[in-house]
Amino acid sequence: MKILLTGARVIDPARKTDTTADILLEDGKIAKTGTDLLSSVKSKEAVKIKIIDLDGMVLTPGLIDMHTHLREPGLEYKETIASGARAAVTGGFTSIACMPNTDPVNDNRSITEFIKRKASEAALANVYPIGAISRGSSGIQMTEFWDLKEAGAVALSDDGKPVMDAALMRHALEYAHSLSLPVIAHSEDTNLSAGGQMNEGYYSTILGLRGIPSIAEEVMIARDILIAEFTKTHLHIAHVSTAGSVRLIRNAKERGIQITAETAPHYFTLTDEVLQTYSTSLKVNPPLRSAADLKAIREGLADGTLDAIATDHAPHARTDKELEFEYAASGISGLETSLSLSLRLVQDGVLSLPDLIAKMSLNPAQILHLPKGTLAAGADADITVFDPHLKWTVDVGAFCSKGKNSPFHGWEMQGKALLTIVGGEIKYSLPSLKI
Amino acid sequence: MKFERKDILGISELSVNEINLILETAESFLEISTREIKKVPTLRGKTVINLFFEASTRTRTSFEIAGKRLSADTINISASTSSVVKGETLIDTARNLEAMNPDVIVIRHSAAGAPHLLATLVKQSIINAGDGAHEHPTQALLDMMTIKEKKGKIAGLKIAIIGDITHSRVARSNIYGLTKMGAEVVLAGPSTMLPRDIEQMGVKAYTKLEDAIPDADVVMMLRIQLERQKQNIFPSLREYSQRYCLHSRNITLARKDAIVMHPGPINRGVEISPDIADDSSRSVILDQVNKGVAVRMALLYLLTGGNE
Repeated sequence: MKILLTGARVIDPARKTDTTADILLEDGKIAKTGTDLLSSVKSKEAVKIKIIDLDGMVLTPGLIDMHTHLREPGLEYKETIASGARAAVTGGFTSIACMPNTDPVNDNRSITEFIKRKASEAALANVYPIGAISRGSSGIQMTEFWDLKEAGAVALSDDGKPVMDAALMRHALEYAHSLSLPVIAHSEDTNLSAGGQMNEGYYSTILGLRGIPSIAEEVMIARDILIAEFTKTHLHIAHVSTAGSVRLIRNAKERGIQITAETAPHYFTLTDEVLQTYSTSLKVNPPLRSAADLKAIREGLADGTLDAIATDHAPHARTDKELEFEYAASGISGLETSLSLSLRLVQDGVLSLPDLIAKMSLNPAQILHLPKGTLAAGADADITVFDPHLKWTVDVGAFCSKGKNSPFHGWEMQGKALLTIVGGEIKYSLPSLKI
Repeated sequence: MKFERKDILGISELSVNEINLILETAESFLEISTREIKKVPTLRGKTVINLFFEASTRTRTSFEIAGKRLSADTINISASTSSVVKGETLIDTARNLEAMNPDVIVIRHSAAGAPHLLATLVKQSIINAGDGAHEHPTQALLDMMTIKEKKGKIAGLKIAIIGDITHSRVARSNIYGLTKMGAEVVLAGPSTMLPRDIEQMGVKAYTKLEDAIPDADVVMMLRIQLERQKQNIFPSLREYSQRYCLHSRNITLARKDAIVMHPGPINRGVEISPDIADDSSRSVILDQVNKGVAVRMALLYLLTGGNE
């Protein structure tokens, strides 16, 4: 099966190209990029080629979300690997990495293999399991890193919980580094955050909700930067939410420490001011922060301190959210709004479009050592096409994800994925796109 | 003036006019409680459910008496928050109660925002009888009514609120109410009991009691929760009482005619020394309880369309 995509603005951060071009896909790979490929193929075997005219659209390497929660095994009522992968391709993602906080936790080969099998049965997005750092993510005993890696884990994390034991973190970083497995830190000092429901500040004060101070995140990032420096290893920091964290990471990078970091769309879109409704769709961990933090997150994205945008897609069922704020689960279903929210950074002049695409494809690929994120000839034909101008309104009822928990329901968006191709096969196309 | 609200969720959302209307209505109800036959037929045929998810004696009793003096049928439900664990959510409970067609649901809950959730779900009027550390609007209204009676006004008074501000819904509701009514509000407590950015609420906050009470017209002492000691928010009751207990010496800093208030229940000798608490020339603690019934009668009356 060959596909010829013509006339799109083709952005490939890996090769630093941004030009109108045609792309020919063949046998699941990118065969050729160039101008006027149509006339060259027409002469030979045009009938066997699916030709899609993408004039006015943007074509990029398939987007990669390095931080999702797919809930399977164990919590299938919130999301399954298939429903999460369906949400991914609908949101323009060709590859997703899923965190291990399932039930049971993905802390051994059999769970990792189960996830891989379920993902291949779903045959939608590429799904890369992330294994737990500690057994049951309980922060006590290391998992079998070699075995997890061999089974297909691309990184290690106890996400959802921090590694409170600094010695365990040190050993995990050393051991994982020798296997080239990235370690992803969920940075939260649970003594400082204990009982917390939202960012600590004026709004937690007036709402009477226990605050989660910014230092709960920052002291752990500071600690882990020191451990990464001491052990000369790479550490990736998940869901950065505070100005202090951005400053610590920026400083660490300047000193040559191997730190990478991600943030999520809600941290550069919303602040804690919106919590005055007590709406549980706004409850997320780390919490929505102050306006000053939001500004710093945007600056961190602009100056490269923050390498990646990840969704932290955390689907929940209605029953997990329709509760008192204190009892409601934390998390936002993010796969189907991430691209549109991130495009606002371009609309607001924070990032150029190629820089944004890098943070959503090439950079996560590099952090996770995935052979993805480029449109070079010979690369896997993972491609995202979006219409940067298409206006649409978020309707959680139309989400493919089982998790309808989004604070962006009803928001007017500009820009939407049109076509998602994984391994040369069309996995999603917007119904209005004639193909 | 017509009262337009469906619910009383907090003082933060009330206007000065609404507060005045509630206080004036309450004042007109005071007399009923002094009669031989303490009952009027005003709310006959109305049903009030007191839904308490948190232990309470005086607030629940006060609401029950308020309803009964107006001839409403009052039903008390003491639900445990552990019903959440059993699988029945607040939403299930609310829908069940709604199906029985009450007129007003009074709710107390340990979770801030629970009355707001309830108000979005059911068509009945909701009165917040205290939600977590957020608001306790009826307490603030009865406090304002007491101050107004004793001092003749609220505007221009200096009112000191002392104690654990962080965990106090009474403090928050009073800060909203008293500042709206034109009083100067100052706070004092250990810095671990002053929540972040509290001064943005339009108050001054001090860490020494002696800095807050000079020339105060009203000194409002808050209850200290003994279990806070375990969270290392303060070292011991002994040290707390040495620094933050109101007694016959430090009260001389306040105005000679200053009144002393406390939402109860009092820890004698911790928040207020017994001689001050029982000095009827200063302590208005029982007046507060007395006004509580009238304020709650007024709210039940206004929410059921009594003044239309």
